[in-house]
Amino acid sequence: MSQHHVSATVNGEPVEFLCEPQETLLDVLRDRLNLTGSKEGCGSGDCGACSVVVDGRLMCSCLMLGAEAEGRAIETIESLAQGDRLHPLQQRFLEHAALQCGFCTPGFLVAAKALLDRNPNPTESEARYWLAGNLCRCTGYDKIIRAVMDAAADLRK
Amino acid sequence: MAYENLKVVGTRPIRPDGVDKVTGRAQFGADMTMPGQLVGKMKRSPHAHARILRIDATKALALPGVKAVVTAADFPDIPDEMAFVGEGPMNFRDLSCNCMARDKALYEGHAVAAVAATTAAIADEAVALIDIAYEVLPHVIDVEAAMAEDAPLLHPRMITQGVQPAPTKPSNIAKKMVFALGDIAQGFKDAEVIVQRKYTTKPVHQAYIEPHACIAAASSDGQAQIFSSSQGQFMIRAYVAKLLGIDISNIRVTPAEIGGGFGGKTLVYLEPVALALSKKCGRPVKMVMSREEVFKASGPTSGGAVEVKIGAKKDGTITAAEATLKYQAGAFAGSPVGPGCMAAFAMYDLKNVTITGYDVVSNRPKVAAYRAPGAPISTFGVESCIDELARKIGMDPIAFRAKNAAKNGTKAAYGPTFKDIGYVETLEAARKHPHYQQPLGKNQGRGVASGFWFNIGGESSAAVHINEDGTAVVVEGCPDIGGSRASMAMMAAEVLGLPIERVRPVIADTSSVGYSFLTGGSRVTFATGMAVTQAAEQAVVELRKRAAVTWDIPVDDIAWADGKAHPIGASAGKFPPLSLGEIALKSARTGGPIGGKAQINAQGAAPGYGTHVCDVEVDLETGHVTILRYTAVQDVGRAIHPSYVEGQIQGGVAQGIGWALNEEYIYDKDGRLENAGFLDYRVPVCSDLPMIEAVVVEVPNPRHPFGVKGVGEVPIVPPMAAVANAIYDAIGVRMPDLPISPPRLRAAIDRRAEAAE
Amino acid sequence: MPRINIAGNAVKKFTHGESALDVEANTFGRLILELDRRFPGLGRQVEESMAIAIDGEIYQDAYHAPLKAESEIWLIPKIAGG
Repeated sequence: MSQHHVSATVNGEPVEFLCEPQETLLDVLRDRLNLTGSKEGCGSGDCGACSVVVDGRLMCSCLMLGAEAEGRAIETIESLAQGDRLHPLQQRFLEHAALQCGFCTPGFLVAAKALLDRNPNPTESEARYWLAGNLCRCTGYDKIIRAVMDAAADLRK
Repeated sequence: MAYENLKVVGTRPIRPDGVDKVTGRAQFGADMTMPGQLVGKMKRSPHAHARILRIDATKALALPGVKAVVTAADFPDIPDEMAFVGEGPMNFRDLSCNCMARDKALYEGHAVAAVAATTAAIADEAVALIDIAYEVLPHVIDVEAAMAEDAPLLHPRMITQGVQPAPTKPSNIAKKMVFALGDIAQGFKDAEVIVQRKYTTKPVHQAYIEPHACIAAASSDGQAQIFSSSQGQFMIRAYVAKLLGIDISNIRVTPAEIGGGFGGKTLVYLEPVALALSKKCGRPVKMVMSREEVFKASGPTSGGAVEVKIGAKKDGTITAAEATLKYQAGAFAGSPVGPGCMAAFAMYDLKNVTITGYDVVSNRPKVAAYRAPGAPISTFGVESCIDELARKIGMDPIAFRAKNAAKNGTKAAYGPTFKDIGYVETLEAARKHPHYQQPLGKNQGRGVASGFWFNIGGESSAAVHINEDGTAVVVEGCPDIGGSRASMAMMAAEVLGLPIERVRPVIADTSSVGYSFLTGGSRVTFATGMAVTQAAEQAVVELRKRAAVTWDIPVDDIAWADGKAHPIGASAGKFPPLSLGEIALKSARTGGPIGGKAQINAQGAAPGYGTHVCDVEVDLETGHVTILRYTAVQDVGRAIHPSYVEGQIQGGVAQGIGWALNEEYIYDKDGRLENAGFLDYRVPVCSDLPMIEAVVVEVPNPRHPFGVKGVGEVPIVPPMAAVANAIYDAIGVRMPDLPISPPRLRAAIDRRAEAAE
Repeated sequence: MPRINIAGNAVKKFTHGESALDVEANTFGRLILELDRRFPGLGRQVEESMAIAIDGEIYQDAYHAPLKAESEIWLIPKIAGG
């Protein structure tokens, strides 16, 4: 079985990796590049736990093949904090207790950042519909939405 | 209750594991790797019920990269044995057969063999190459169909327990239970109004977002390491030891962070198999379930049929109540019908009540616990019936419940008298809440429902170590599902008199902390919190002794306050207070390292009650139900960290709403699951829900140093009836069958229109 | 002598249908031994599968749970959770 050789940019750094044809980008991130922050919850693009941004576009990394990353820029949860400075979204999630088990949290943070990059002043409804592709089973979403709205206000300052 | 004027407990600090979780650094079950690890995959039965005639793994073993194959032959043949080692009485033979089928596959997805290989692709190919000959048998899934005379039998020797004299013929009914008080025949004679109805619920899954995952590594001297995402590392250790016949001391289980459990991770599926594979080939084996496997092979909860009959006088006093519960247990006996029976009427003061329950096996996965196991199903029936009864009499739903409410001194339907309960307080808080007065529009309605859960205590161990610089470490053994480790640190900090940032909690592996029962049953803040508090108190005793040595005064002359030793009594004023840091610095000279530990079986857990108010709007054209507003009031005893207490309430409500409106297992005619993924197994998403207001009521539990009552399970009990009652209030259509999905509601609306013509 | 009430029907096959027994015992541990003496197998069954509520307070797996003659005592099925 011959593997593909892929060159891409991940979290601002150039990377090279080998992957099998059927490996997803999620598999590559987790198993080849040791970036285990993106999670597999379903493998079918329904839960959003594997959310990443590819060339500026929010995507489920389980729905993309590793080989398709060739020449692309990929951002994962690991790029959200700057060194030891948390992004306002991360800070607000902590303050609002917007996570319980924390498994869906990386996906929500990546998706929420993609929302605020596009729409810095979303209504609650806009936030809820944008984040409808991210499943959380622990929180009932209440504190997540409050954290996102507060972070949006932080970023607008 | 010992502690007042609290400085830490009741505040909302940032959880100590928070930064790891928001940066993606935290290690969940599938995030760990071990050198040389192999990938393990399961071969699963495609049939709902079949005899296994032959398993041939020759081709699989010949595939390059395949290092081991296991089947039931690689597991000890355990005799039938009941033990209460994990959550609920566990028959270890059943558990072993559930992990790896022996002789028969009892549900689609039942594990029949497993493979370890160098890559996932090779493991998948090897699984396909294992040749299995089945004799397909007729199957049965629905609970009442499984109880019928001519139903296909899952276990040829199953005789119903709890029936005198015992039946002569086997059946799928594992157990019958009856709880009775007073005289319901007379009670119904005394009733002026009676409502009787049958309710049904479909099986649902806990649907935690993280699939089961573990790595198991066996070494040739008989020792084993397991890294696993579960609700209890000690449970994993005990079950693996039992199923594989290993000494407990030879297994070390390290708990991963866990991505949700809700009861579904209180037993083993992968660990014994991964370890069996590892033993065979001498390398670590990592096994992770796919989402499809989670739905098909891990324990969901029961579907059930609940018949309820309640009679009352015109002034609203209930005179008699009766319920018959039939719950699916899945492939092996053990549905939560018992707690379902006992919790069903626990909100009410009843003189005459009879509750009958049936535990019934059928060809679907063995059910596992799901948040207040058994109670949501029976409460759905009871609270819908109460709603109908209140309406028939013309009483407000909260007033009706208040008139019959269980209070301190009320006798439960299952016998004991309630004490230190806060049900009435939740009704009062709901009634007074502005939500209850908010006006409603067209096709909008309001539903009320209440719920109860026992909450448990159990064994917990904890240690508190004072560091040389006066900071502290809390070591405990219960996985943190919802923020509990923060609460442990807070209770220790309160006792020690330290700021929360100087007390760090650790959830230790099975070799590094004393035995602790698992995270479940709403027990951690209560029982492990009690152990942590006692360990911290012991540390304080030691700190006072060291101050006594330092000052050369009797230890009775020393009080501990604000993190300092103060001389009192005859020695008052003689010395400036000694801080914890100052004492810690000199610990070697005053006697050695300072700390405390506690290993307890916590008794005195107190039950919780909740009252929920739900507003809905129904779209008559599509049958879609929108939740407009939701208020959940709950007595929690004492909220250690209010944000995480609110979080538990909000999460339970969301699961209950999903159970009410959309979630169900859909089987085809061959007993195969048609919706084994999140697209078609529809849990609530962000846009389905409004903000959920959690109102915390505190009626302290005097048997816990901080007054704690368990929180996590009560909130899932009322929502199904609250939603169904709201729908009735909105459009006058009673929905006794769950889920109330759009096609079903639309059909009911159509039937009502036809009947009117 | 404490009066022991038994909720449900699970152990009726041991007690010949009785659901209330007077038993000379001052702790749960003593109770189990006495029950086994009077109805062989009952003590073990109670120990494994039942909790005891004494004046409304539930004890689970506690030999030391104190039984007094004037207490309200109920044996109820053990509770788990999820």
